[in-house]
Amino acid sequence: MDFILEPWPWYVAGPLITLSMFFLFYFGKKFGVSSNLETMCAIGGAGRFNEFFDFDWKKNGWNLMFIAGTIIGGFIAFQWLTPDESVAINLKTMQDLSEVGFSNAGAQYLPDEIFSIDTVMSLKGFLILLGGGILVGFGSRYAGGCTSGHAITGLSNLELPSLISVIGFFIGGLIMTWILIPIIF
Amino acid sequence: MKHFRFLVIGVFFGIVLSKAEIISWYRIYEMFKFQSFHMYGVIGSAVILGIILFRFFNNGKIKDYLGNKINIEPKKKGFYRNILGGTIFGLGWGLIGACPGPMFILLGRGVFTILVAILGGLIGVLLYHAIKNKLPH
Repeated sequence: MDFILEPWPWYVAGPLITLSMFFLFYFGKKFGVSSNLETMCAIGGAGRFNEFFDFDWKKNGWNLMFIAGTIIGGFIAFQWLTPDESVAINLKTMQDLSEVGFSNAGAQYLPDEIFSIDTVMSLKGFLILLGGGILVGFGSRYAGGCTSGHAITGLSNLELPSLISVIGFFIGGLIMTWILIPIIF
Repeated sequence: MKHFRFLVIGVFFGIVLSKAEIISWYRIYEMFKFQSFHMYGVIGSAVILGIILFRFFNNGKIKDYLGNKINIEPKKKGFYRNILGGTIFGLGWGLIGACPGPMFILLGRGVFTILVAILGGLIGVLLYHAIKNKLPH
């Protein structure tokens, strides 16, 4: 059972992601997470301001259940399946992060420099998480999908729009990581 | 409970992404720094198996639970929507190290500060649909 408690290698995780996608299609649905954000806006009453959100959100109830499941899955993994919270990142990555101002990179699952309560209570820290979320939400719906819909489903279906989107994901990610993060932090 | 099976698939998916550290900000940073094969291996192996799986969907060898052919809805065509939307998404993914799925999995881990990012995600969606008519697609 020890292997379950260790971090899972890529050749276990990748196939299990495909298996998750298989079950969603097998049960007549699709694999796409970011559309849930639209459903949540519709539930919140956004249909009063924009007719796009004026749809019957109950038809996406299955996807909200999927999301509820992922929350439970995160809880189970954290509570019972992850005795060691550290992330064994590359030594070079640790050094690079140290130069940017991230201390003890990889010692915890997430950096305090972004996710700690103290950070988020500061205006800068709050704006980083809020702004990052806005970019993710805006970009995913503009592109018509996120990592699940484009990078996994779309590429599996050999779709050109998804290839272009994934190239975009990398253009944005590389600009952020190499140019903007050293400026922001 | 209606849709219970999707809850179960979600639990499974949440555990997989947690255990493979795909929802760790450090792994995303490391990926964009090209300093680890881990994320490329995860996405690459998922896609290669996905290509094989979709062959079986498309040729009808694998049908859905009711015995119907599985159809994969094609993505919307267009260059600007994909390259610009993708780039905006990537900026956010690179900054907070979480795409929409991992945001909710992190919430389950008790990372309550991620609620700010989820709120941002909802604002971003509202914003897109408010100004989409002015954007190139």
